[in-house]
Amino acid sequence: MEEVDVDPAVTPIPGINVARGRLGFVWGPGDILVYESFSPAAAPLGGPFCQDVYAVRKDEDIYSPVLRKLFNESHHIFVGLQKITFDLPSKTKKTQFVSISKNYRSVIRACMEEVQKLAVSTCESSLAAQYGNQVSILLAVELIWNLCEVLFIDAAQAGSLLLHLLDWVRLHKADVDEKAREVLQYESPANHEAFWDVVISFVLQGRMDEARSVLDKQVSQQPAARSIFKLMDSLLMKMPIYNPGSTQTLTEFDVKWRRWHEECNRCLQDGSFASNQHLLTICKILVCDVDTLLEHKELLSTWYHFLVTRLLYSHPTVKPIDLHYYAQASMDMFMDTHSAPEPLDSILMAAFEFDLHQVIKDCSIALNNWWFVAHITDLLDHCKLLQSHNLHFGSNLREFLLLEYASGLFTHHSLWQLAVDYFDHCPEFGRVYLELQIERVPLDTERKALKVLRICEQRQMTEQVRSICKIMAVRALRNNRLGSGLSWTIRAKDAAFATLISERFLQDYCSKGSFSDLDLIDNLGPSMLLSDRLTFLGKYREFHRLYGENRFSEAAKLLLSLMTAKIAPQNFWMTLLTDALPLLEQKEVIFSTEQTHELMNCLEELISVKAVENQDHLMQVTSVTNPTFCHCVPEHLTLCCSRGTAPVACTVRVPDAYKGSIQ
Amino acid sequence: MFVARTIAADHKDLIHDVSYDFHGRRMATCSSDQSVKVWDKGEDGQWRCTASWKTHSGSVWRVTWAHPEFGQVLASCSFDRTAAVWEEIVGESNDKQRGLSHWIKRTTLVDSRTSVTDVKFAPKHMGLVLSTCSADGVVRIYEAPDVMNLSQWSLQHEISCKISCSCLSWNPSSSRAHPPMIAVGSDDSVTYCGKVQIYEYNENTRKYAKVETLMTVTDPVHDVAFSPNLGRSFHVLAIATKDVRIFKLVPLRRESSSTSVPTKLEVQVMAQFDHHSSQVWRVSWNITSTLLASSGDDGCVRLWKANYMDNWKCTGILRGDGSPVNGAAAHGTVVGAAGTAVSAAAQQPLVGASAGRYFFPHLEAPRPGSRLGLLLPPPALIEQTCDSESGYTQPAPPRRRHFKANTATLPPEHE
Repeated sequence: MEEVDVDPAVTPIPGINVARGRLGFVWGPGDILVYESFSPAAAPLGGPFCQDVYAVRKDEDIYSPVLRKLFNESHHIFVGLQKITFDLPSKTKKTQFVSISKNYRSVIRACMEEVQKLAVSTCESSLAAQYGNQVSILLAVELIWNLCEVLFIDAAQAGSLLLHLLDWVRLHKADVDEKAREVLQYESPANHEAFWDVVISFVLQGRMDEARSVLDKQVSQQPAARSIFKLMDSLLMKMPIYNPGSTQTLTEFDVKWRRWHEECNRCLQDGSFASNQHLLTICKILVCDVDTLLEHKELLSTWYHFLVTRLLYSHPTVKPIDLHYYAQASMDMFMDTHSAPEPLDSILMAAFEFDLHQVIKDCSIALNNWWFVAHITDLLDHCKLLQSHNLHFGSNLREFLLLEYASGLFTHHSLWQLAVDYFDHCPEFGRVYLELQIERVPLDTERKALKVLRICEQRQMTEQVRSICKIMAVRALRNNRLGSGLSWTIRAKDAAFATLISERFLQDYCSKGSFSDLDLIDNLGPSMLLSDRLTFLGKYREFHRLYGENRFSEAAKLLLSLMTAKIAPQNFWMTLLTDALPLLEQKEVIFSTEQTHELMNCLEELISVKAVENQDHLMQVTSVTNPTFCHCVPEHLTLCCSRGTAPVACTVRVPDAYKGSIQ
Repeated sequence: MFVARTIAADHKDLIHDVSYDFHGRRMATCSSDQSVKVWDKGEDGQWRCTASWKTHSGSVWRVTWAHPEFGQVLASCSFDRTAAVWEEIVGESNDKQRGLSHWIKRTTLVDSRTSVTDVKFAPKHMGLVLSTCSADGVVRIYEAPDVMNLSQWSLQHEISCKISCSCLSWNPSSSRAHPPMIAVGSDDSVTYCGKVQIYEYNENTRKYAKVETLMTVTDPVHDVAFSPNLGRSFHVLAIATKDVRIFKLVPLRRESSSTSVPTKLEVQVMAQFDHHSSQVWRVSWNITSTLLASSGDDGCVRLWKANYMDNWKCTGILRGDGSPVNGAAAHGTVVGAAGTAVSAAAQQPLVGASAGRYFFPHLEAPRPGSRLGLLLPPPALIEQTCDSESGYTQPAPPRRRHFKANTATLPPEHE
């Protein structure tokens, strides 16, 4: 069979002059940007050159709104299929697989209907042509899928095989029904010009009852010929049809069928129908006269209809293994010598030859999206067909195609969510693909970021979770949304960044005298421990709350512990000590003697540290806090402390250097 | 494949580089006109220039984005012997309304004495690390220790390659098993030697050491690109030289436990394509490394794909259609014709031709009367469309297949 293999497709870029340019390019999500350029080494040339950048897109189907439904619904079926457990008995499994296959097909049909409606309703010719293309592709896909279902998934055996093939042909050549309706609605059906076409079409499809009922219309018109019509009617009625459910064996059926076939032959031989050319034709069809069949090419329209009709009237018990022989012969007979088989023919032929790999490969070439090959290969793989057909790469082929399909979905702004499930069911590379793709999903809004995050969290993709949170945190900080920045940082568990944002909060507090995002800071909980500075922020805010609630002694205790436990950064101590002042000035005693001592120690420690540091730095630190107040803090504080601890002799040695610096 | 959109870049000279940001919503272009432009993609999918400024005092060769974890940061390198780091600052509200953004220069890296030919950020797990290479044969690796203060960059490493450097690529693998690795290419056309060198960071010596020179690549190299790692133990490196080459670099197990000896690499050629029949000057992988694109002096961009059995094949070509660019008139028509996806697609012939497959390229457009092409809506449908002047008026084919979509549900399973 002809190998469907062609040269790579050339996509012309308008406006770029080939002869002159080197093309530069860059990969983007879903497209590739191309521009005209030269290498650094090339001498700069004058004259006009192309300054446009062209976005070249690879897959338009993904963006087709009508195909969205196909992608969405087949996704459900796909996920359902993955859940079928291995321990089911093979018979139930097969039924399930066949029903899944039918579900896929009805999704294709539904989609096709929709596109067809659109094609009718649109007035724009180019758009209508586009829809037309889609309909034709979907039709071809459904045709191939249906045949694969019969041959591979259902794996019909001799006897029922032909019944299935007949159904296949009937389904895809449904224009007979329309014509039949037209004829029957005609005032005198028997005189309709298409009358005999309808009867013969029915016979060609083995629809004997329908053929008989239409034929009945003719009898009343030709009372003279009543007897031969009756004879034909009985021939049609008597044709044995195999019933796989009955007790009748295939051999018994075959014997019965041969007897009937002989009867038809006899009628032909003795010229029973010689008086009526139409009935004669039908009789010739019944005995499978190839020339007669080929005279009705218009009605058969395809070689595979011809094949199925031939089988029906010559080998109704055809075995799967012999199919390809009849198929090839039928194709040769049916096709004009000058016309080469087209992709669809090659694909169907490969199916008749039971060459699954070829079917998948040819479909990949001929069809313009991965949807079909990915889904059918997955289904065939579940049916364990890829292994038994000794393709050692079976599961890789399935995964390869699923990855391609899902990667395509990922370029779409909303379909990417479907792709996640496909990647989940690719054991080898699904995870890495998902990791690489998902971190590229644009995080346009917090909501979208949360959505992406949830997907990553469910799959324990810790690095991606961290990265997404970090990106959001950085973005929030850039826009001065400290609260949002902090909550993303906590989710990212980024200690360094938490410190940075906490600093910003404290700076904000120092300049404004109040905290923003209280809800968040009040409810930090254990996440407070992410960084020292964040712990301090949380605790310091707690101090403010206690103070606000007039729980002074608790507030004092906390304040002191922030310094003694070294939770507070030293450059913030001055602020803390300042905060202690109002507590010391209260009427009742809040700081115990011991606590006051510790407070004094803290002050002393701060002053001694500051003393050794240079003056500029000190000024810088103190100016962060309330500038007018802090200059007099040490002395004020000393005064307050001594008042509170009157019995205790209390002095603070304020070094001269420090005194100098604040005066 | 089809041209979905045209962006009038409007640089005053040749564009040397276009770079997407990590999420593909922004891009930057740089040019011989010494400027960089930043573009943002709107909700409608259109690109708008939101910033354009003079960055260097010479041609700008490359522009590249830092990972968004580090904010909105760009680096550029130029013929003026410098590289520069730029950061976008959140502008005043009236700028935002006008859709403009502010980029300020955070640092100028002036260590090179010759043209800086490439600039790349290291993988994000290494922190905010920037590398440059220059015509004087030195690769420099800088680090911003405080990611909130991009004005401070320290020169961490200087690797002397002893040969003029044209391009570099970081190995993106973040696996613990893989120390930081960098590939450097040289476009030197005088010296006869291997033109691609691989350096690896050594934890013990805290230095980059050469682990391999690809001795088989002796022609000038214009681009190198490591592929995304996909969790593999080996690395894949694509090289643009007189042809396209793909190398597999397999780290060999260390013989001794001493880690001061650099990892040995086993080098294998995975594929080699001379389809460009000329100098190849760019190679680049897509996100999942399923596709490699290359461009050469033949005026083509070629797409390469390996199938599931690792057979590589050219699956698509982008080529200028040769229409001359002269003046605004021609320019206008181009934009008009390819302005939207729909109209561009509509120019394509029937079935399949409009969207080429990468793995298996699509077939030629079906001939008139061909059957795939004729699986068109049934005749009844066609008559109902608006006046039949539309594209449907094909001659009736000799063997027309009335492929009628059956709107009925599927028949029950045969009993």
